[in-house]
Amino acid sequence: MLTLKCPYCDVQAEETELHAGGEAHLTRHGPDSSDDSFESYLFTRENPKGVHFERWRHSHGCGKWFHAARCTMTMEVFGTYPAQTTKPPQAILDAITAKRPGWTWRELS
Amino acid sequence: MSTRLPTGGRLTDRTYRVGFTFNGKRLNGFAGDTLASALLANDQVLMGRSFKHHRPRGPVASGAEEPNALVNLGEGNRFEPNQRATTTELFDGLTATSQNHWPSLEMDIGAINTHLARVLPAGFYYKMFMYPRAFWKHVYEPFIRHSAGLGKAPDAGARDADRYEHFYHYTDVLVVGGGVAGLMAAKAAGQTGAKVLLLEQTAHWGGRAPVDGGLIDGQTPETWVTSVLNELHAMPNVTLRNRTMGAGVYDHGYALGYERLTDHAPDLDGPRHRLWRIRAAQIVTATGAIERPISFAGNDIPGVMLASAVRDYLVNWGVSIGDRTVVVTNNDDAYRTAIALKKAGLDVPAIIDARNYGGGALMAEAQGLGIRVEQGRGIAKVLGGKRVTGVAICNQQGEGAILDEIACDAVAMSGGWSPVVHLWSHCGGKLDWDEAGAFFRPRAEAGPTGADGKPFVSVAGAADGHMALASLLKDAAQTGTVAGNNAGFSGQTSAPDATDVPEKPLEPVWLMPQGARYDLRMKAWLDYQNDVKVSDVQLAAREGYESVEHTKRYTTLGMATDQGKLSNINGLATLSNALGEAIPEVGTTTFRPPYTPISMGVIAGEARGPLFQPIRQTPIHAWHENHDVHWEPVGQWRRPYCYPRGEEDHAQAVIREVKAVRQSLGLLDASTLGKIIVKGPDAGRFLDMLYTNMMSTLKPGKCRYGLMCSENGFLIDDGVVARLDEDTFLCHTTTGGADHIHAHMEEWLQTEWWDWQVYTANVTEQYAQIAVVGPNARKLLEKLGGMNVSKEALPFMTWVDGTLGGFPVRIFRISFSGELSYEIATPAGHGRALWDLLYAKGAEWNITPYGTEALHVLRAEKGFIMIGDETDGTVIPQDLGLDWAISKKKDDYLGKRAQARSHMTDPSRWKLVGLMTEDGSVLPEGAYAVAGGTNANDQRNTQGRVTSTYFSPTLGRGIAMGLVLNGPDRMDEVIEFTHVEGFTVPARIVDPVFYDPEGEKQNV
Amino acid sequence: MSEPISALRRARYEGFVTVEEAGLQGMVQIRGDFDSEIFTRAVSSAAGVAMPAQREALWEGRQGLLWMSPDEVMLLCPYPEADRALARLTNDLAGTHHLALNVSDARTMFTLEGAGLREVLAKLAPVDMAPDVFRPGMLRRTRLAQVAAAFWLRSDTRAEVICFRSVAPYMMELLSTAAATGSEVGLHGD
Repeated sequence: MLTLKCPYCDVQAEETELHAGGEAHLTRHGPDSSDDSFESYLFTRENPKGVHFERWRHSHGCGKWFHAARCTMTMEVFGTYPAQTTKPPQAILDAITAKRPGWTWRELS
Repeated sequence: MSTRLPTGGRLTDRTYRVGFTFNGKRLNGFAGDTLASALLANDQVLMGRSFKHHRPRGPVASGAEEPNALVNLGEGNRFEPNQRATTTELFDGLTATSQNHWPSLEMDIGAINTHLARVLPAGFYYKMFMYPRAFWKHVYEPFIRHSAGLGKAPDAGARDADRYEHFYHYTDVLVVGGGVAGLMAAKAAGQTGAKVLLLEQTAHWGGRAPVDGGLIDGQTPETWVTSVLNELHAMPNVTLRNRTMGAGVYDHGYALGYERLTDHAPDLDGPRHRLWRIRAAQIVTATGAIERPISFAGNDIPGVMLASAVRDYLVNWGVSIGDRTVVVTNNDDAYRTAIALKKAGLDVPAIIDARNYGGGALMAEAQGLGIRVEQGRGIAKVLGGKRVTGVAICNQQGEGAILDEIACDAVAMSGGWSPVVHLWSHCGGKLDWDEAGAFFRPRAEAGPTGADGKPFVSVAGAADGHMALASLLKDAAQTGTVAGNNAGFSGQTSAPDATDVPEKPLEPVWLMPQGARYDLRMKAWLDYQNDVKVSDVQLAAREGYESVEHTKRYTTLGMATDQGKLSNINGLATLSNALGEAIPEVGTTTFRPPYTPISMGVIAGEARGPLFQPIRQTPIHAWHENHDVHWEPVGQWRRPYCYPRGEEDHAQAVIREVKAVRQSLGLLDASTLGKIIVKGPDAGRFLDMLYTNMMSTLKPGKCRYGLMCSENGFLIDDGVVARLDEDTFLCHTTTGGADHIHAHMEEWLQTEWWDWQVYTANVTEQYAQIAVVGPNARKLLEKLGGMNVSKEALPFMTWVDGTLGGFPVRIFRISFSGELSYEIATPAGHGRALWDLLYAKGAEWNITPYGTEALHVLRAEKGFIMIGDETDGTVIPQDLGLDWAISKKKDDYLGKRAQARSHMTDPSRWKLVGLMTEDGSVLPEGAYAVAGGTNANDQRNTQGRVTSTYFSPTLGRGIAMGLVLNGPDRMDEVIEFTHVEGFTVPARIVDPVFYDPEGEKQNV
Repeated sequence: MSEPISALRRARYEGFVTVEEAGLQGMVQIRGDFDSEIFTRAVSSAAGVAMPAQREALWEGRQGLLWMSPDEVMLLCPYPEADRALARLTNDLAGTHHLALNVSDARTMFTLEGAGLREVLAKLAPVDMAPDVFRPGMLRRTRLAQVAAAFWLRSDTRAEVICFRSVAPYMMELLSTAAATGSEVGLHGD
């Protein structure tokens, strides 16, 4: 059962206090989008073995959404950060590079 | 015979006699006994029957690894099967019965299986019950179910009499195991200043060391343990818990401890078991090692025991297993048993040492005591049935030709020791094969890693493969210190000096004799509890089972309640020999928590009875309860389904309630409806994105019905939105939707439109909400007085704040029934009083409280949809004819793009219509409308399905709604619906609004 | 005017810790921009205490502020004064984007009294209740068994717990069960 630090509360919350929200950093595609891009927005997910970026909500706490960078294989957590951003902070990317040289995720590496 | 010796027993208090019963027989033991030691003291070696062959069995071990001595404990509400006699502390009044036999332990019909053993080989069930197929359901399955299961299930009516609880605990270092290694590791970790929790599964500290002997800092292990315990108790940062087993290790430093508080003393107050839910920065497992049996014919006959167990019973409880004990071994440790027995005045006719080279200093000591040692020999077979009567010995290198027979009544065997690596392995720790010790040991650099990517489990002492006292203590001190350091504390502790007797190396013996004939191999047990023998594993290998995981499942080796603590290594070695591969190549099976079974009660903790699940109660809950309510669970809420009066059944009550609403006056507790405040300069814009309709144009004081869709386009919720002021909206949701729609709003605000100025708040529980419904509704409100609720002052789909009959209220003029209707919200603390007042004042109109079923009928008569009935996660508003509630003007809303996808705009999507059976009957729920032909799976084609179906008291007939292919274009057509009885029911497609299609009643 | 009632009308249980429903309690839910001085000043003056820091509970007699999230605080006051506090806030914050609601009836407050209260909470919440970790004045929003709750320590022997009103009977039973005499863990506060 994993624990994640809520970046708003600074609480190391356990999984039972959290709600998982799937992949992070999706770009919403609205009414003008093509069938392909809309399909990809709704259904296409990375589902990696390794470095992943996810959305979590501190549901039994402050109620805020945040992002977590995590290794799906080892459960190592590289960092958490507020959800009000379109890409991970550089410090998190650097932390991942230090531990998983050569990693990639979508266009990130 | 097994008996209590006149003296001895370091754990027993002979001044306190304890009475108990076994199979109804009254027996005595001493305080400090386990059930097993007390039974053995009473010459009760036979304690149960095996699972498959019903072989007579006695204990083979003295602790948690015991596979045989499982008993039913307690009676009635405290009855529990499969309790290990070896870990059950004796108490006054304990009642135990043996398992797996009929009619009695001594005389068991099922033991015939033992004679059928030749036809019950590995995979027997898979092979036997394949054909004929028809036999499975009526012959094989009932037979297997009848014979299956260990022990007896508690009576169906029994309810666990005890309490259980959880406890969350956070520590820097968790040490599992209170033997000398665990104590040493805890002390070392504690001296770094780290918070330490030390768990020990038994009632006693020190583990095996006091039995095995040696010297620590010149003291006996027992003295050393006492002084370390004193030191630990004096350290404020160290917590010690005995009778608490480290049950499992999980991700991110999570571990479970299973504390047994009253099993040894049922009269104590308080919970029986406590589940410690532990988060530790570092976990040290000091779980010791378990001795392995040796595979020889008859190694399961009662009286054959692990050498360490024989020694334990002697030293710990002053019990001898027999007068004449033959020791059989492949290592030096078992000589300790022979020496201890001899020194206690008991006879050891021989030590059978499989090694040609024999043992070291301990062998010399045994020989010095006059014990005969046979080197390079093995046991061909054990003689005896329900008790050992002797052993036949042979050359270990041969096939079992008997050289000699030795009369004895006990056999103490030792096949070497295996570290207990379970907790290390639970979360992914890897193992290495240790050739010298013939065991798996933790691979230090491949331990489970935590949130920071660093290892969080380390292993100390015998669990790490350090079997000698000196190296064990050194390892434990080092491991404890490092664990403290890794948890962020500094400090160093040195290990005490210890002296060990030098030992000669062990020689792996996986079968005795090594070339044993088939008739011997099929009596050589690997897994006692599941009756798996050497011959079974060899058969599996011959039949092509190469993977240990497959062999395990095929033979059931290691799958019993002991999880193969004794059998895994022997089984694995047998398989690897049969396959001609090295043991590490064959690999191990997966260790899974819990280490030994834990009670179901402790997993549930406090969550039983009234705490099983939270029941959400409205402020009016108690009134309903006092008025013969029949409850309907709606999520965690309880809502009144109906209020039967006198002899009424539910259907009759619903009819009465519906009629009362239509004809006069009804009262509904609508408090559970979700209420969410949405406020801010961008609130209108936000709601325009959330709802399919335009909400930003709603005027303050007005209400509008709205639909919400997911980004997939599917309808997820509906409700009335009231605009409170320029900046503020109040969104009503369904009862089930309140929490998740609020979460849905926050999700979009926080993760997509975080620059929009909007705040939301879920105020569902701030208000009690009461619907006053029916032609006389206005009269009742006017009678209460204080507010103008006339058609002109408060028209349909408006709201107003005020004081009604002395209550602060907000009245919404909305209707879910088609009648004149007011929904009155008042702060929850006033809810009950307002309900009471409305009920009392409404008497003159025969005011009738109604429940959710009447509410459903009323809305169905009006053709109003219900989320969860008309919707199921695949339905879009357009399917339900709700196009009028979808704004054409808006560029965007959640779901708009999805609703433009080709599948969503497909004209052949089933659409909502009303349905009326030709004969007036009620259509079955969920029934499908059949169409001609069959599909690819040879099933009848369908062209629609029923979504809601009721008896309408207003129309006096069945009415239904359903989704039908091209439904709205097929008015008046009759189609056929399936019925579970096999026939079909004809129903006519009609408009879904069955009652007052013009909407005049609600608009008066 | 009708007299409001609390969910459990001061139900009380005495175990190794005393559990009591606190009766009617004024609560005003306030959301806004904590970086805005207008906002924090208005909140502080309505509450009569300073703005709480992250996960902090601040009080002065029956007035107080609880930190609920980075943009939300809960104002505590006597029940009859909640509307007045709300009106003052609404007035002071006119024109400033915020949300303030009287939610006194939506929640139920409980008090725990006794040296063992850390153990009672540690049986129900996945929170480190060690005295050197969770100190008086700290607040935690989490779950107690199966329901959402917030609690804070007024002192080492007094805690306050709030949960939604609909689950007040569950919470009372839960806290009472955890506080039952004989079930002391013997770890904190003995």
